[in-house]
Amino acid sequence: MAVRERPLSPHLQIYRPQITSVLSILHRLTGVALGVGTIVLVWWLVAAAVGPDAFEGAQGFLGSVFGYLILFGWSWALFYHLCNGIRHLVWDAGWGFDLDVLAKTGWLTVGASVALTVLAWIIGLASMGG
Amino acid sequence: MTLRTPVARARGLGSAKEGVHHWWMQRVTAVALVPLTLWFVASLVGMAGAEYAEMRDWVSHPVTATLLISLIVATFYHAALGMQVVYEDYVQPHGLKIVVDIATKLIFFAFAVASIFSVLKLAFAG
Ligand code: HEM
Ligand code: HEM
Repeated sequence: MAVRERPLSPHLQIYRPQITSVLSILHRLTGVALGVGTIVLVWWLVAAAVGPDAFEGAQGFLGSVFGYLILFGWSWALFYHLCNGIRHLVWDAGWGFDLDVLAKTGWLTVGASVALTVLAWIIGLASMGG
Repeated sequence: MTLRTPVARARGLGSAKEGVHHWWMQRVTAVALVPLTLWFVASLVGMAGAEYAEMRDWVSHPVTATLLISLIVATFYHAALGMQVVYEDYVQPHGLKIVVDIATKLIFFAFAVASIFSVLKLAFAG
């Protein structure tokens, strides 16, 4: 059978980034980042099970500037993936596909993930001080 | 009524063999993860800067240990399913895709076992 020329989709670079496509790829990126980030969770739990010294080591690392950077990134990635994950589940239920609604829930997701991250850090830092 | 082709029915296999189950479990674990991760982050935030003994007492509580193990199972199951989809989209050739997918699943399985064992050790042996 002769191979027919199939239409080729235009390259990704020529598309203007849009709220829908950017949030879609962010869901994937945060999902993968969270998967890699489970290393920290495992390390923290195993260190606690090994004993106080190992736990102090893990806590010391997480309390360093680098540790804070990781935790901050992780917290935002989690809140973003969580909020957008709920957005996915709402789509699965059949709601929210109109373009104007997609944009609204998209921006709501971005706002909520930033607000939750800031709130968590304010409360966390305050409870450390107290 | 079925939407599957006769040959697919005869073979008893869809293209991905278990696509619907995969998709469905990704949703089920996602639903479980909403309250579990919110609870977990809220707990961490409340315990920021805690001493070892405080952390151990927290983990040993039956409710905490139960929720933690649920979180661990749901997280690694969900992440394994999710990573498989990412590999399916980007990794070529087919053999390499299978290799990285299996490697990911084995690593996540080991992570889950190590995490659960750690929670149980803290709960039962301090
Ligand atoms: C900046 C642009 C784009 C981004 C960020 C993007 C991102 C993604 C992501 C993350 C997925 C995974 C599935 C999901 O999240 O539901 C996906 C799936 C897909 N995308 Fe794109 N994409 C882009 C452009 C395109 C274009 C231009 C096409 C086609 C011409 C395309 C065709 C598809 C197809 C066929 C799937 C698979 C759907 C499925 O698995 O059922 N995408 N895309
Ligand atoms: C906090 C609650 C969470 C919710 C509500 C949630 C929800 C979802 C949903 C609905 C999908 C499917 C998206 C699609 O069809 O394209 C998904 C994909 C994914 N999730 Fe989650 N998730 C959560 C937490 C996590 C965590 C903790 C991890 C990692 C440890 C993770 C890793 C992934 C990965 C790797 C994917 C695949 C990404 C892709 O195909 O583009 N998720 N999540």
